[in-house]
Amino acid sequence: MRDKLLTATAALAGIMLVWNLKIILTVLPDEVAQGAIYRIMFFHIPGFFTAGVCYIVAMLASIYYLWKKDLRADALAMAATEVALPFAAVNLITGMIWGRIIWGIWWAWDPRLTWALISWLVYFGYLMLRKAIDDPSERANISAVANIFFFSSVAITWKAIVWWRTQHPGPVLSIRGADGKLDAGVERMIYQNWIPLLLLAIVFISIRIRQERALRELDAMRRWAHAG
Amino acid sequence: MAAVSVENVWKYFGDYPALRDVNFTIDAGTCLALLGRNGAGKTTLLRILAGLSGTSKGAVKLPDRRRTAYLGHNIGIYDELSALENLKLFGRLYEVPNVKQAAAKWLERVNLAHVADSPAREFSRGMRQRLALGRVFIHEPEMLLLDEPFTSLDDQAIALLQGLMREARMRGATIILSTHQLREALELATNVVLLRRGQIAYCGPRTKAMADDPAALYRDHGGEP
Amino acid sequence: MIRFFRLSFAIAAKDIQSEWRTKEALNSACSFSIVVLLMFSFAFDPGAESTKEFAGGLLWLVFMFAGSLIVNRSFSRELPNDCLDVLIASPVPPAALFLGKAFACFVLLMIIELISIPVFGIFYNITWWRQPAWLAVALGLTTWAMSVIGSLFSALTVNLRLRELMLPMLLYPMLIPALMGAIRLTSLALANEPIAGEDLVWLKVLVAFDIIFTSLSLALVDFVLVR
Repeated sequence: MRDKLLTATAALAGIMLVWNLKIILTVLPDEVAQGAIYRIMFFHIPGFFTAGVCYIVAMLASIYYLWKKDLRADALAMAATEVALPFAAVNLITGMIWGRIIWGIWWAWDPRLTWALISWLVYFGYLMLRKAIDDPSERANISAVANIFFFSSVAITWKAIVWWRTQHPGPVLSIRGADGKLDAGVERMIYQNWIPLLLLAIVFISIRIRQERALRELDAMRRWAHAG
Repeated sequence: MAAVSVENVWKYFGDYPALRDVNFTIDAGTCLALLGRNGAGKTTLLRILAGLSGTSKGAVKLPDRRRTAYLGHNIGIYDELSALENLKLFGRLYEVPNVKQAAAKWLERVNLAHVADSPAREFSRGMRQRLALGRVFIHEPEMLLLDEPFTSLDDQAIALLQGLMREARMRGATIILSTHQLREALELATNVVLLRRGQIAYCGPRTKAMADDPAALYRDHGGEP
Repeated sequence: MIRFFRLSFAIAAKDIQSEWRTKEALNSACSFSIVVLLMFSFAFDPGAESTKEFAGGLLWLVFMFAGSLIVNRSFSRELPNDCLDVLIASPVPPAALFLGKAFACFVLLMIIELISIPVFGIFYNITWWRQPAWLAVALGLTTWAMSVIGSLFSALTVNLRLRELMLPMLLYPMLIPALMGAIRLTSLALANEPIAGEDLVWLKVLVAFDIIFTSLSLALVDFVLVR
């Protein structure tokens, strides 16, 4: 039953993505200033939203774990972080492609770029930390504490970088301020494309949680076999 | 009056229950031997009692931490500090009223007064173990938690520990020690808890029959050594 | 409360005393920071006027690299003979234990910094004492941030494989906000420029960072130490 539900959700997400792609490529007109490349925003922005939701879910799950010591919450925190990273990577890479074409450089030390990169590195560190601990309960404990720290640091970094860089605005920033308000149809499309990405994230997270549960059971059986 | 009570304690490592519904109380002045095979849960239970680890379910009640002492598999002294400094540090942490006097007294007791100011790293194995015993007893604990004390100590330190334990019993101290050396444990103990796969297989007073034939305990209740 | 601080102080005194005996971390961190200062002089012209502009950044990178050697020792110095178990089993509350360790880290990091700054001044021809109050504020607040987060992550990673590699990888990105404030304030203090207006935001960032992470650490350290 759960398998079927997951497959159906994934299929729905796939259909929506194809459908959205058709509208993005054939129905919506080119943007006046940027031309065709602005279409990358339909993946760039929803990709970021999806990753952001996953980061928040991971943080809440970590707090819940420390409170209730429920290993399912730990699995959720792990799965959400692991799924957040590819979406954040989509966000970073599409952003770089866009920057290459519009700004002429792959990487600008713009606050949001810098912040996105730092959070990517921080959460990659979280996954590395998990890999280095063998006992499931100890891993859950330590990584939950680390996750709460990482989340707060990432939140502060975000604010701090905005202050920092606005004091020394780079030449690229004025170009960003130059583009006008978003067209209503374009804005709707951004949200419309967020839905399938979010559905995909939910599917991936569910699969990872199930794998994690199997691993836990395996670990318990191994210990049982060795116990006195 | 129960000095220690362990109430429905469960401890999970992941999904593996290392302790399953462990329940017992012991009175003040008891010497309890925790028996069982490697991996039966002795160390896990002792670590919970020492406050090094929490329970997954259930609770333990113990005397004040200031009146408890813990000796693990390792000696737990600082190699960079001198013998006197080690004892003074632990005296301070356990809030012993007159630290200097207590430290000097216990250096004497563990026969290290002549090397009081030498760093512990220069000591022989036996001297370090005696210093560790000084650290354990400096605050005259009411409650001793000893994890496999006889496996890591040398003969002289074992003799010293046995003397100190006897003395502590006379003051009315409670002792919980985990071990798989059945014969020695059964000579000392007044009570026995036998763990098998995280569950209590036997809990009760040590009988004369046990001391005469230690292996019978395992024969009757499983958890062969 | 008094008991809490007395116990933390005993832990801090113990850490500083045993570090002073062996000087393992102090010597390595100190020589490391001088080597890094020397290496930087090859990366760019140490005499140039432009070097003064990023003097603050350079200094903090040095402190960061050398500092990870100190904070790494914070909890790992308890590993030989399983002393950490004995401390946790003792009546010292985990928060007091942690605070004592952070305080010891603070003192040791300060020693490294106070040795490195004059060396830095000589190597790069910088008169660093013109705004001593601001320099002290930046040093104090940022060093406390490094001590608190460093000690907490030292406790998190103390039983890990590859501990020495793991700690800096987790620590440096965490410290970015504090580092940005430190670099800005230190650069201004070294250049003898007034610190006012918008730059005061960085003072607030540093203070907020210290308060947030000190309280978060004290609240969560129980979960880290009592496993």
